[in-house]
Amino acid sequence: MSHQKTHEENHPDKGRRDFIKQSSLLTALALAPPALMKAADPGWEAEAPRLLEQPLNIEINGISRKLSVEPRVTLLDLLREQLALTGTKKGCDHGQCGACTVHVDGKRVLSCLSLAVMQEGKKVTTIEGVGTPDNLHPMQAAFIKHDGFQCGYCTPGQVMSGIACIREGHADSDDDIREYMSGNICRCGAYPNIVKAIAEVKKGGKSL
Amino acid sequence: MINFDYLRVTTPKAAVDAIVTNRNAQWIAGGTNLIDLMKKGVVEPQKLVDITNLPLKEIKKTSNKFSIGAMALNSDVADNELVQKEYPLLSLALKAGASQQLRNMATVGGNMMQRTRCPYFYNIDMPCNKRQPGSGCGALKGFNRMHAIFGASDKCIAVHPSDMCVALVTLDATVVVTGPKGERRIPFQDFHRLPGELPQKDNTLERGELITAVELPDQPFKKNVHYLKIRDRSSYAFALVSVAVAIDMQNGKMNQVRLGMGGVAHKPWRLKEAENFLTGKAPSEPVFREAAKLAMRGAKGYGHNNFKLKLGPNTIVEALIKATATS
Ligand SMILES: Cc1cc2nc3c(=O)[nH]c(=O)nc-3n(C[C@H](O)[C@H](O)[C@H](O)COP(=O)(O)OP(=O)(O)OC[C@H]3O[C@@H](n4cnc5c(N)ncnc54)[C@H](O)[C@@H]3O)c2cc1C
Ligand code: FES
Ligand code: FES
Repeated sequence: MSHQKTHEENHPDKGRRDFIKQSSLLTALALAPPALMKAADPGWEAEAPRLLEQPLNIEINGISRKLSVEPRVTLLDLLREQLALTGTKKGCDHGQCGACTVHVDGKRVLSCLSLAVMQEGKKVTTIEGVGTPDNLHPMQAAFIKHDGFQCGYCTPGQVMSGIACIREGHADSDDDIREYMSGNICRCGAYPNIVKAIAEVKKGGKSL
Repeated sequence: MINFDYLRVTTPKAAVDAIVTNRNAQWIAGGTNLIDLMKKGVVEPQKLVDITNLPLKEIKKTSNKFSIGAMALNSDVADNELVQKEYPLLSLALKAGASQQLRNMATVGGNMMQRTRCPYFYNIDMPCNKRQPGSGCGALKGFNRMHAIFGASDKCIAVHPSDMCVALVTLDATVVVTGPKGERRIPFQDFHRLPGELPQKDNTLERGELITAVELPDQPFKKNVHYLKIRDRSSYAFALVSVAVAIDMQNGKMNQVRLGMGGVAHKPWRLKEAENFLTGKAPSEPVFREAAKLAMRGAKGYGHNNFKLKLGPNTIVEALIKATATS
Protein backbone atom coordinates (compact mmCIF):
# COMPACT_ATOMS: atom_id res chain seq x y z
CA MET A 1 0.00 0.00 0.00
CA SER A 2 1.39 3.36 -0.84
CA HIS A 3 -0.52 6.48 -0.22
CA GLN A 4 0.54 9.85 -1.37
CA LYS A 5 0.87 12.40 1.33
CA THR A 6 2.80 15.56 1.18
CA HIS A 7 2.48 18.85 2.87
CA GLU A 8 -0.30 18.17 5.36
CA GLU A 9 1.33 15.03 6.52
CA ASN A 10 4.56 16.87 7.05
CA HIS A 11 2.80 18.99 9.65
CA PRO A 12 0.45 17.03 11.84
CA ASP A 13 0.83 19.59 14.61
CA LYS A 14 -0.63 22.28 12.40
CA GLY A 15 -2.76 23.89 15.10
CA ARG A 16 0.17 24.80 17.26
CA ARG A 17 2.15 25.99 14.30
CA ASP A 18 -0.70 28.16 13.07
CA PHE A 19 -0.81 29.87 16.43
CA ILE A 20 2.90 30.52 16.42
CA LYS A 21 2.70 31.70 12.86
CA GLN A 22 -0.11 34.14 13.51
CA SER A 23 1.57 35.59 16.52
CA SER A 24 4.81 36.03 14.68
CA LEU A 25 3.37 37.09 11.36
CA LEU A 26 3.84 40.77 12.02
CA THR A 27 7.44 40.32 13.02
CA ALA A 28 7.97 38.14 10.01
CA LEU A 29 6.56 40.77 7.69
CA ALA A 30 8.65 43.48 9.27
CA LEU A 31 11.78 41.43 8.73
CA ALA A 32 10.95 39.93 5.36
CA PRO A 33 13.20 40.87 2.47
CA PRO A 34 11.34 42.40 -0.51
CA ALA A 35 11.46 39.20 -2.54
CA LEU A 36 9.41 37.43 0.10
CA MET A 37 6.88 40.20 0.57
CA LYS A 38 5.29 39.19 -2.68
CA ALA A 39 4.33 35.89 -1.14
CA ALA A 40 2.47 37.67 1.63
CA ASP A 41 -0.69 38.13 -0.42
CA PRO A 42 -3.72 35.85 -0.07
CA GLY A 43 -2.86 32.31 -1.00
CA TRP A 44 0.46 32.58 0.70
CA GLU A 45 0.93 29.45 2.70
CA ALA A 46 1.74 31.56 5.77
CA GLU A 47 4.90 29.66 6.34
CA ALA A 48 8.61 30.35 6.26
CA PRO A 49 9.89 29.40 2.84
CA ARG A 50 11.67 26.10 2.96
CA LEU A 51 14.74 26.60 0.88
CA LEU A 52 16.04 24.05 -1.59
CA GLU A 53 13.51 21.40 -0.71
CA GLN A 54 14.07 17.98 -2.20
CA PRO A 55 11.53 15.26 -2.87
CA LEU A 56 11.92 12.20 -0.69
CA ASN A 57 10.36 8.79 -1.18
CA ILE A 58 10.72 6.79 1.96
CA GLU A 59 8.97 3.90 3.70
CA ILE A 60 8.44 4.41 7.40
CA ASN A 61 7.05 1.57 9.51
CA GLY A 62 5.63 -0.10 6.42
CA ILE A 63 3.96 3.01 4.99
CA SER A 64 5.36 4.55 1.80
CA ARG A 65 5.50 8.29 1.89
CA LYS A 66 6.22 11.00 -0.61
CA LEU A 67 7.69 13.89 1.30
CA SER A 68 9.56 17.07 0.68
CA VAL A 69 12.49 18.02 2.90
CA GLU A 70 15.26 20.55 3.18
CA PRO A 71 18.63 18.84 2.80
CA ARG A 72 19.67 19.92 6.31
CA VAL A 73 16.82 18.04 8.00
CA THR A 74 18.11 14.98 9.83
CA LEU A 75 16.16 11.75 9.78
CA LEU A 76 15.56 12.29 13.50
CA ASP A 77 14.02 15.72 12.97
CA LEU A 78 11.95 14.46 10.06
CA LEU A 79 10.49 11.74 12.26
CA ARG A 80 9.87 13.90 15.30
CA GLU A 81 9.11 17.35 13.92
CA GLN A 82 7.46 16.64 10.61
CA LEU A 83 5.84 13.24 11.10
CA ALA A 84 5.10 13.43 14.84
CA LEU A 85 6.77 10.07 15.41
CA THR A 86 8.18 11.18 18.74
CA GLY A 87 9.02 7.71 20.04
CA THR A 88 12.54 8.15 18.68
CA LYS A 89 14.37 10.39 21.14
CA LYS A 90 16.89 13.17 20.75
CA GLY A 91 19.49 12.82 23.46
CA CYS A 92 22.73 14.46 22.34
CA ASP A 93 22.08 15.11 18.62
CA HIS A 94 25.79 14.34 18.01
CA GLY A 95 26.08 10.56 17.77
CA GLN A 96 27.17 10.13 21.37
CA CYS A 97 24.21 8.52 23.13
CA GLY A 98 22.17 6.19 20.90
CA ALA A 99 18.75 7.52 21.96
CA CYS A 100 17.91 8.19 18.31
CA THR A 101 18.63 4.62 17.10
CA VAL A 102 16.33 3.41 14.30
CA HIS A 103 16.63 0.69 11.67
CA VAL A 104 17.29 1.64 8.06
CA ASP A 105 17.00 -1.25 5.63
CA GLY A 106 17.29 -3.56 8.63
CA LYS A 107 20.47 -2.04 10.07
CA ARG A 108 20.60 0.03 13.24
CA VAL A 109 21.84 3.55 12.67
CA LEU A 110 21.79 6.92 14.42
CA SER A 111 19.04 9.10 12.99
CA CYS A 112 20.60 12.29 14.41
CA LEU A 113 23.62 11.96 12.12
CA SER A 114 21.62 10.80 9.08
CA LEU A 115 20.27 13.28 6.58
CA ALA A 116 16.65 12.53 5.71
CA VAL A 117 17.27 13.31 2.04
CA MET A 118 19.92 10.58 1.91
CA GLN A 119 17.34 7.93 2.86
CA GLU A 120 15.71 8.01 -0.58
CA GLY A 121 14.08 4.66 -1.34
CA LYS A 122 14.95 3.21 2.06
CA LYS A 123 12.84 1.43 4.65
CA VAL A 124 12.92 2.93 8.12
CA THR A 125 11.63 1.24 11.26
CA THR A 126 11.14 3.22 14.45
CA ILE A 127 9.96 2.15 17.89
CA GLU A 128 6.39 2.90 16.72
CA GLY A 129 6.87 0.18 14.13
CA VAL A 130 7.93 -2.69 16.37
CA GLY A 131 5.03 -3.07 18.80
CA THR A 132 1.92 -1.47 20.25
CA PRO A 133 0.77 -1.17 23.87
CA ASP A 134 -1.62 -4.13 23.37
CA ASN A 135 0.79 -6.11 21.29
CA LEU A 136 4.27 -5.57 22.65
CA HIS A 137 7.36 -6.71 20.82
CA PRO A 138 9.13 -9.47 22.83
CA MET A 139 11.99 -7.02 23.48
CA GLN A 140 9.59 -4.42 24.90
CA ALA A 141 7.95 -7.06 27.07
CA ALA A 142 11.36 -8.21 28.32
CA PHE A 143 12.39 -4.64 29.21
CA ILE A 144 9.24 -4.32 31.32
CA LYS A 145 9.71 -7.72 32.94
CA HIS A 146 13.35 -7.04 33.84
CA ASP A 147 12.89 -3.40 34.80
CA GLY A 148 15.23 -2.35 32.00
CA PHE A 149 14.62 1.37 32.50
CA GLN A 150 13.90 4.12 34.99
CA CYS A 151 13.09 7.42 33.29
CA GLY A 152 12.64 5.66 29.96
CA TYR A 153 14.28 8.30 27.81
CA CYS A 154 16.93 5.99 26.38
CA THR A 155 14.53 3.04 26.11
CA PRO A 156 13.27 3.35 22.51
CA GLY A 157 16.89 3.48 21.36
CA GLN A 158 17.83 0.58 23.65
CA VAL A 159 14.97 -1.55 22.32
CA MET A 160 15.82 -0.83 18.67
CA SER A 161 19.47 -1.55 19.36
CA GLY A 162 18.67 -4.69 21.38
CA ILE A 163 16.59 -6.16 18.56
CA ALA A 164 19.38 -5.44 16.06
CA CYS A 165 21.99 -6.84 18.42
CA ILE A 166 20.23 -10.23 18.42
CA ARG A 167 19.58 -10.18 14.67
CA GLU A 168 23.26 -9.44 14.00
CA GLY A 169 24.30 -12.42 16.12
CA HIS A 170 26.02 -10.22 18.70
CA ALA A 171 24.14 -11.39 21.78
CA ASP A 172 25.81 -14.72 22.50
CA SER A 173 27.09 -13.79 25.96
CA ASP A 174 26.56 -11.02 28.48
CA ASP A 175 29.96 -9.58 27.54
CA ASP A 176 29.01 -9.62 23.89
CA ILE A 177 25.74 -7.85 24.68
CA ARG A 178 27.53 -5.23 26.77
CA GLU A 179 30.05 -4.52 24.00
CA TYR A 180 27.49 -4.36 21.21
CA MET A 181 25.04 -2.28 23.28
CA SER A 182 27.79 0.21 24.24
CA GLY A 183 26.44 2.72 21.73
CA ASN A 184 23.34 3.19 23.88
CA ILE A 185 23.97 5.26 26.97
CA CYS A 186 21.52 5.04 29.89
CA ARG A 187 21.78 8.01 32.23
CA CYS A 188 19.77 6.11 34.82
CA GLY A 189 22.21 3.20 34.74
CA ALA A 190 19.71 0.46 34.00
CA TYR A 191 22.45 -1.50 32.24
CA PRO A 192 22.37 -4.78 34.22
CA ASN A 193 18.63 -5.13 33.62
CA ILE A 194 18.93 -4.18 29.97
CA VAL A 195 21.50 -6.96 29.54
CA LYS A 196 19.13 -9.40 31.29
CA ALA A 197 16.24 -8.42 29.03
CA ILE A 198 18.25 -8.88 25.85
CA ALA A 199 19.79 -12.16 27.04
CA GLU A 200 16.32 -13.51 27.80
CA VAL A 201 14.92 -12.60 24.40
CA LYS A 202 17.97 -14.15 22.79
CA LYS A 203 17.49 -17.35 24.83
CA GLY A 204 13.82 -17.44 23.86
CA GLY A 205 15.14 -18.17 20.36
CA LYS A 206 12.28 -16.45 18.51
CA SER A 207 13.27 -14.91 15.22
CA LEU A 208 12.86 -11.16 15.60
CA MET B 1 22.68 23.59 10.62
CA ILE B 2 22.98 26.14 7.84
CA ASN B 3 21.11 24.97 4.79
CA PHE B 4 22.94 23.67 1.76
CA ASP B 5 22.33 22.26 -1.66
CA TYR B 6 22.29 18.52 -2.20
CA LEU B 7 23.38 16.39 -5.11
CA ARG B 8 23.40 12.62 -5.51
CA VAL B 9 26.03 11.10 -7.79
CA THR B 10 26.46 7.56 -9.04
CA THR B 11 29.86 7.59 -10.75
CA PRO B 12 33.29 8.54 -9.35
CA LYS B 13 33.75 10.90 -12.28
CA ALA B 14 30.56 12.81 -11.47
CA ALA B 15 31.65 12.90 -7.82
CA VAL B 16 35.01 14.44 -8.74
CA ASP B 17 33.50 16.90 -11.23
CA ALA B 18 30.97 18.13 -8.68
CA ILE B 19 33.75 19.02 -6.24
CA VAL B 20 36.18 20.45 -8.75
CA THR B 21 33.60 22.84 -10.19
CA ASN B 22 32.44 24.18 -6.82
CA ARG B 23 34.92 25.31 -4.18
CA ASN B 24 32.26 25.15 -1.49
CA ALA B 25 31.06 21.65 -2.22
CA GLN B 26 32.01 18.66 -0.11
CA TRP B 27 31.39 14.91 -0.35
CA ILE B 28 29.25 13.22 2.23
CA ALA B 29 29.50 9.48 2.90
CA GLY B 30 28.18 8.07 6.20
CA GLY B 31 27.91 11.62 7.52
CA THR B 32 28.90 10.55 11.02
CA ASN B 33 31.74 13.06 11.18
CA LEU B 34 30.64 15.66 8.66
CA ILE B 35 27.10 16.21 10.03
CA ASP B 36 28.49 16.49 13.53
CA LEU B 37 30.99 19.15 12.39
CA MET B 38 28.32 21.00 10.42
CA LYS B 39 26.01 21.12 13.43
CA LYS B 40 28.86 22.69 15.41
CA GLY B 41 29.58 25.18 12.65
CA VAL B 42 33.13 23.88 12.25
CA VAL B 43 32.58 23.36 8.53
CA GLU B 44 29.89 25.01 6.43
CA PRO B 45 29.76 23.52 2.94
CA GLN B 46 27.26 25.15 0.60
CA LYS B 47 26.69 21.93 -1.24
CA LEU B 48 26.86 18.29 -0.20
CA VAL B 49 27.58 15.68 -2.83
CA ASP B 50 26.21 12.32 -1.68
CA ILE B 51 28.67 9.58 -2.66
CA THR B 52 26.96 6.69 -0.86
CA ASN B 53 25.56 5.37 -4.14
CA LEU B 54 28.95 5.03 -5.82
CA PRO B 55 29.72 1.43 -6.82
CA LEU B 56 32.72 1.26 -4.46
CA LYS B 57 31.54 -1.13 -1.77
CA GLU B 58 33.19 -4.33 -2.88
CA ILE B 59 35.61 -6.32 -0.72
CA LYS B 60 37.55 -8.69 -2.96
CA LYS B 61 40.66 -10.78 -3.24
CA THR B 62 42.61 -11.04 -6.48
CA SER B 63 45.77 -13.06 -7.14
CA ASN B 64 48.19 -10.87 -5.20
CA LYS B 65 46.18 -8.26 -3.42
CA PHE B 66 43.13 -7.58 -1.38
CA SER B 67 40.95 -4.60 -2.15
CA ILE B 68 38.34 -2.86 -0.03
CA GLY B 69 36.06 -0.30 -1.68
CA ALA B 70 36.07 3.18 -0.13
CA MET B 71 32.31 3.10 0.39
CA ALA B 72 32.32 -0.25 2.23
CA LEU B 73 30.78 0.19 5.66
CA ASN B 74 33.02 -0.17 8.70
CA SER B 75 30.71 -2.90 10.07
CA ASP B 76 30.69 -4.83 6.78
CA VAL B 77 34.49 -4.79 6.63
CA ALA B 78 34.81 -5.83 10.29
CA ASP B 79 32.39 -8.74 9.84
CA ASN B 80 33.63 -9.82 6.41
CA GLU B 81 34.80 -13.45 6.53
CA LEU B 82 37.75 -12.89 4.21
CA VAL B 83 38.92 -9.90 6.23
CA GLN B 84 38.63 -11.88 9.45
CA LYS B 85 40.65 -14.70 7.93
CA GLU B 86 43.30 -12.75 6.01
CA TYR B 87 43.58 -9.52 8.02
CA PRO B 88 42.19 -10.19 11.49
CA LEU B 89 44.03 -7.11 12.86
CA LEU B 90 41.90 -4.85 10.66
CA SER B 91 38.70 -6.45 11.91
CA LEU B 92 39.81 -6.05 15.55
CA ALA B 93 40.69 -2.38 15.09
CA LEU B 94 37.40 -1.60 13.38
CA LYS B 95 35.40 -3.28 16.13
CA ALA B 96 37.27 -1.22 18.73
CA GLY B 97 35.99 1.98 17.12
CA ALA B 98 32.77 3.89 17.79
CA SER B 99 29.56 1.84 18.23
CA GLN B 100 27.74 -0.67 16.02
CA GLN B 101 25.26 2.03 14.95
CA LEU B 102 28.10 4.32 13.84
CA ARG B 103 30.01 1.47 12.17
CA ASN B 104 26.82 0.68 10.22
CA MET B 105 26.99 4.20 8.75
CA ALA B 106 30.71 5.00 8.59
CA THR B 107 32.61 4.18 5.41
CA VAL B 108 36.26 3.26 4.90
CA GLY B 109 36.97 6.52 3.01
CA GLY B 110 35.13 8.63 5.59
CA ASN B 111 36.99 6.93 8.42
CA MET B 112 40.33 7.89 6.87
CA MET B 113 39.15 11.47 6.33
CA GLN B 114 37.62 12.01 9.77
CA ARG B 115 38.88 15.12 11.53
CA THR B 116 40.56 15.30 14.91
CA ARG B 117 38.45 15.24 18.08
CA CYS B 118 40.53 18.02 19.69
CA PRO B 119 38.05 20.10 21.73
CA TYR B 120 39.61 23.35 20.46
CA PHE B 121 39.01 22.25 16.88
CA TYR B 122 35.39 21.45 17.74
CA ASN B 123 34.66 24.69 19.57
CA ILE B 124 34.44 27.59 17.14
CA ASP B 125 34.90 30.12 19.95
CA MET B 126 38.39 28.77 20.65
CA PRO B 127 41.64 29.34 18.80
CA CYS B 128 42.68 26.47 16.52
CA ASN B 129 45.19 26.59 13.68
CA LYS B 130 43.62 23.54 12.09
CA ARG B 131 40.17 25.10 11.86
CA GLN B 132 41.29 28.70 11.44
CA PRO B 133 44.93 29.00 10.36
CA GLY B 134 46.76 31.68 12.29
CA SER B 135 44.38 31.77 15.27
CA GLY B 136 46.81 29.81 17.48
CA CYS B 137 46.72 26.40 19.12
CA GLY B 138 44.50 26.39 22.19
CA ALA B 139 45.64 22.94 23.22
CA LEU B 140 49.37 23.66 23.34
CA LYS B 141 49.11 25.25 26.78
CA GLY B 142 45.50 24.33 27.42
CA PHE B 143 43.54 21.18 28.06
CA ASN B 144 45.62 18.61 26.17
CA ARG B 145 44.95 15.29 27.80
CA MET B 146 43.98 13.58 24.51
CA HIS B 147 46.83 15.10 22.52
CA ALA B 148 49.95 14.04 20.63
CA ILE B 149 53.26 12.94 22.08
CA PHE B 150 54.96 12.31 18.71
CA GLY B 151 55.58 14.56 15.72
CA ALA B 152 53.57 17.58 16.91
CA SER B 153 54.50 21.16 16.10
CA ASP B 154 53.98 24.43 17.97
CA LYS B 155 51.12 25.05 15.54
CA CYS B 156 49.12 21.93 16.41
CA ILE B 157 49.27 19.00 18.82
CA ALA B 158 46.06 17.25 17.71
CA VAL B 159 45.88 13.50 17.05
CA HIS B 160 44.18 11.53 14.30
CA PRO B 161 41.40 9.65 16.08
CA SER B 162 40.91 6.60 13.84
CA ASP B 163 41.40 3.02 14.98
CA MET B 164 41.01 1.51 11.51
CA CYS B 165 43.85 3.65 10.18
CA VAL B 166 46.24 2.31 12.83
CA ALA B 167 45.62 -1.21 11.53
CA LEU B 168 45.95 -0.10 7.91
CA VAL B 169 49.29 1.65 8.44
CA THR B 170 50.53 -1.37 10.37
CA LEU B 171 49.52 -3.69 7.52
CA ASP B 172 51.26 -1.55 4.85
CA ALA B 173 48.05 -0.70 3.01
CA THR B 174 47.91 1.43 -0.13
CA VAL B 175 45.27 4.09 -0.80
CA VAL B 176 43.81 4.28 -4.29
CA VAL B 177 42.48 7.70 -5.27
CA THR B 178 41.02 9.21 -8.40
CA GLY B 179 40.97 12.90 -9.18
CA PRO B 180 41.00 15.53 -11.89
CA LYS B 181 44.44 14.30 -12.97
CA GLY B 182 43.51 10.62 -12.97
CA GLU B 183 44.26 7.75 -10.62
CA ARG B 184 47.18 7.42 -8.22
CA ARG B 185 48.27 5.18 -5.36
CA ILE B 186 49.51 6.48 -2.01
CA PRO B 187 51.27 4.28 0.56
CA PHE B 188 49.14 4.46 3.72
CA GLN B 189 52.17 5.68 5.64
CA ASP B 190 52.26 8.81 3.44
CA PHE B 191 48.51 9.42 3.34
CA HIS B 192 48.15 11.32 6.63
CA ARG B 193 50.70 13.98 7.46
CA LEU B 194 52.28 15.67 10.46
CA PRO B 195 51.01 19.16 11.29
CA GLY B 196 54.23 21.14 10.75
CA GLU B 197 53.37 24.64 9.57
CA LEU B 198 50.14 23.53 7.87
CA PRO B 199 47.94 21.87 10.49
CA GLN B 200 44.85 22.60 8.39
CA LYS B 201 46.02 19.84 6.06
CA ASP B 202 45.31 16.43 7.61
CA ASN B 203 46.56 14.42 4.64
CA THR B 204 48.26 14.54 1.26
CA LEU B 205 45.11 14.42 -0.89
CA GLU B 206 44.69 17.20 -3.42
CA ARG B 207 41.37 18.99 -3.77
CA GLY B 208 39.04 16.84 -5.85
CA GLU B 209 40.80 13.55 -5.13
CA LEU B 210 38.34 10.85 -4.17
CA ILE B 211 39.42 7.74 -2.27
CA THR B 212 38.13 4.76 -4.23
CA ALA B 213 39.73 1.82 -2.43
CA VAL B 214 42.29 0.58 0.05
CA GLU B 215 44.55 -2.27 -0.99
CA LEU B 216 46.39 -4.71 1.23
CA PRO B 217 49.34 -6.86 0.20
CA ASP B 218 49.47 -10.60 0.90
CA GLN B 219 50.62 -11.21 4.43
CA PRO B 220 51.43 -13.92 6.93
CA PHE B 221 49.81 -12.12 9.90
CA LYS B 222 46.80 -14.35 10.57
CA LYS B 223 47.27 -15.51 14.12
CA ASN B 224 49.60 -13.47 16.31
CA VAL B 225 47.76 -10.19 16.08
CA HIS B 226 46.31 -7.89 18.70
CA TYR B 227 44.71 -4.46 18.88
CA LEU B 228 44.85 -3.00 22.37
CA LYS B 229 42.92 0.20 22.90
CA ILE B 230 43.12 2.09 26.18
CA ARG B 231 40.24 4.53 26.75
CA ASP B 232 38.30 6.24 29.49
CA ARG B 233 35.57 3.58 29.42
CA SER B 234 35.77 0.05 28.08
CA SER B 235 33.84 0.77 24.87
CA TYR B 236 32.45 3.66 22.75
CA ALA B 237 35.27 6.10 23.45
CA PHE B 238 38.25 7.37 21.50
CA ALA B 239 41.70 5.97 22.23
CA LEU B 240 43.98 7.57 24.76
CA VAL B 241 46.59 5.21 23.39
CA SER B 242 46.15 2.18 21.15
CA VAL B 243 48.65 -0.36 19.86
CA ALA B 244 48.34 -2.65 16.84
CA VAL B 245 50.57 -5.72 16.68
CA ALA B 246 51.03 -8.23 13.85
CA ILE B 247 53.68 -10.91 14.18
CA ASP B 248 54.65 -13.89 12.07
CA MET B 249 56.08 -16.51 14.42
CA GLN B 250 58.48 -19.14 13.06
CA ASN B 251 60.01 -21.79 15.33
CA GLY B 252 59.42 -19.76 18.46
CA LYS B 253 60.98 -16.59 17.00
CA MET B 254 59.42 -13.40 15.72
CA ASN B 255 60.12 -13.73 12.01
CA GLN B 256 58.29 -10.56 10.94
CA VAL B 257 56.92 -7.85 13.20
CA ARG B 258 54.59 -4.91 12.52
CA LEU B 259 53.76 -2.35 15.19
CA GLY B 260 51.48 0.68 15.00
CA MET B 261 50.17 3.17 17.51
CA GLY B 262 47.07 5.36 17.72
CA GLY B 263 46.10 8.35 19.84
CA VAL B 264 49.68 9.61 19.89
CA ALA B 265 50.24 11.64 16.72
CA HIS B 266 48.65 13.67 13.94
CA LYS B 267 48.80 10.50 11.85
CA PRO B 268 48.60 6.78 12.60
CA TRP B 269 52.08 6.03 13.95
CA ARG B 270 54.38 3.21 12.82
CA LEU B 271 57.08 1.93 15.20
CA LYS B 272 59.72 0.78 12.73
CA GLU B 273 62.68 0.90 15.11
CA ALA B 274 60.94 -1.32 17.60
CA GLU B 275 59.90 -3.68 14.79
CA ASN B 276 63.50 -4.05 13.66
CA PHE B 277 64.67 -4.65 17.18
CA LEU B 278 62.13 -7.42 17.76
CA THR B 279 62.63 -9.18 14.43
CA GLY B 280 64.40 -12.53 14.84
CA LYS B 281 64.12 -12.55 18.63
CA ALA B 282 62.17 -14.90 20.85
CA PRO B 283 59.25 -13.21 22.60
CA SER B 284 59.81 -12.29 26.24
CA GLU B 285 58.77 -9.45 28.48
CA PRO B 286 62.29 -7.95 28.87
CA VAL B 287 62.65 -7.93 25.08
CA PHE B 288 59.25 -6.23 24.74
CA ARG B 289 60.26 -3.62 27.36
CA GLU B 290 63.39 -2.84 25.41
CA ALA B 291 61.37 -2.47 22.19
CA ALA B 292 58.87 -0.18 23.93
CA LYS B 293 61.74 2.01 25.14
CA LEU B 294 62.98 2.34 21.56
CA ALA B 295 59.46 3.12 20.36
CA MET B 296 59.10 5.96 22.84
CA ARG B 297 62.29 7.76 21.78
CA GLY B 298 61.46 11.36 20.92
CA ALA B 299 58.11 11.31 22.72
CA LYS B 300 57.14 14.59 24.38
CA GLY B 301 54.32 15.43 26.78
CA TYR B 302 52.46 18.75 26.92
CA GLY B 303 51.20 18.63 30.48
CA HIS B 304 47.86 16.91 30.80
CA ASN B 305 48.98 14.17 28.42
CA ASN B 306 52.24 13.37 30.21
CA PHE B 307 50.62 10.15 31.40
CA LYS B 308 50.88 8.87 27.82
CA LEU B 309 54.66 8.74 28.20
CA LYS B 310 54.15 5.90 30.67
CA LEU B 311 50.90 4.48 29.31
CA GLY B 312 52.42 4.26 25.82
CA PRO B 313 55.24 1.80 26.56
CA ASN B 314 53.05 -0.19 28.95
CA THR B 315 50.42 -0.59 26.24
CA ILE B 316 53.07 -1.70 23.73
CA VAL B 317 54.36 -4.37 26.12
CA GLU B 318 50.86 -5.60 27.00
CA ALA B 319 49.81 -5.77 23.34
CA LEU B 320 52.96 -7.74 22.46
CA ILE B 321 52.33 -10.17 25.32
CA LYS B 322 48.73 -10.67 24.17
CA ALA B 323 49.71 -11.12 20.51
CA THR B 324 52.39 -13.71 21.25
CA ALA B 325 50.40 -15.60 23.88
CA THR B 326 48.57 -17.53 21.14
CA SER B 327 51.73 -18.96 19.53
C1 LIG C 1 30.34 9.37 19.12
C2 LIG C 1 31.37 8.91 18.13
C3 LIG C 1 32.36 8.03 18.52
C4 LIG C 1 33.32 7.61 17.62
N1 LIG C 1 34.29 6.76 18.05
C5 LIG C 1 35.26 6.38 17.19
C6 LIG C 1 36.31 5.52 17.61
O1 LIG C 1 36.36 5.10 18.76
N2 LIG C 1 37.26 5.18 16.71
C7 LIG C 1 37.24 5.62 15.43
O2 LIG C 1 38.11 5.27 14.66
N3 LIG C 1 36.26 6.45 15.00
C8 LIG C 1 35.28 6.83 15.85
N4 LIG C 1 34.30 7.69 15.42
C9 LIG C 1 34.44 8.32 14.12
C10 LIG C 1 33.87 7.55 12.98
O3 LIG C 1 34.65 6.40 12.76
C11 LIG C 1 33.92 8.47 11.77
O4 LIG C 1 33.00 9.51 12.00
C12 LIG C 1 33.56 7.75 10.49
O5 LIG C 1 34.49 6.74 10.22
C13 LIG C 1 33.49 8.73 9.33
O6 LIG C 1 33.03 8.04 8.18
P1 LIG C 1 31.77 8.57 7.36
O7 LIG C 1 31.61 7.69 6.19
O8 LIG C 1 30.60 8.74 8.24
O9 LIG C 1 32.35 9.99 6.90
P2 LIG C 1 31.60 11.37 6.62
O10 LIG C 1 31.23 12.02 7.89
O11 LIG C 1 30.56 11.19 5.58
O12 LIG C 1 32.80 12.16 5.93
C14 LIG C 1 33.94 12.57 6.64
C15 LIG C 1 34.85 13.33 5.68
O13 LIG C 1 35.40 12.45 4.72
C16 LIG C 1 35.22 12.92 3.40
N5 LIG C 1 35.07 11.72 2.58
C17 LIG C 1 34.19 10.71 2.76
N6 LIG C 1 34.39 9.73 1.87
C18 LIG C 1 35.44 10.12 1.11
C19 LIG C 1 36.12 9.53 -0.01
N7 LIG C 1 35.77 8.33 -0.51
N8 LIG C 1 37.14 10.22 -0.58
C20 LIG C 1 37.52 11.44 -0.09
N9 LIG C 1 36.90 12.05 0.94
C21 LIG C 1 35.87 11.40 1.53
C22 LIG C 1 34.00 13.79 3.49
O14 LIG C 1 34.00 14.79 2.49
C23 LIG C 1 34.14 14.40 4.87
O15 LIG C 1 34.97 15.52 4.82
C24 LIG C 1 33.28 8.09 16.29
C25 LIG C 1 32.28 8.95 15.88
C26 LIG C 1 31.34 9.38 16.77
C27 LIG C 1 30.27 10.32 16.32
S1 FES D 1 20.63 11.72 19.72
FE1 FES D 1 21.63 10.55 18.23
S2 FES D 1 23.18 9.60 19.32
FE2 FES D 1 22.37 10.97 20.80
S1 FES E 1 16.18 4.78 31.66
FE1 FES E 1 16.73 6.83 32.04
S2 FES E 1 18.30 7.10 30.61
FE2 FES E 1 17.98 4.99 30.51
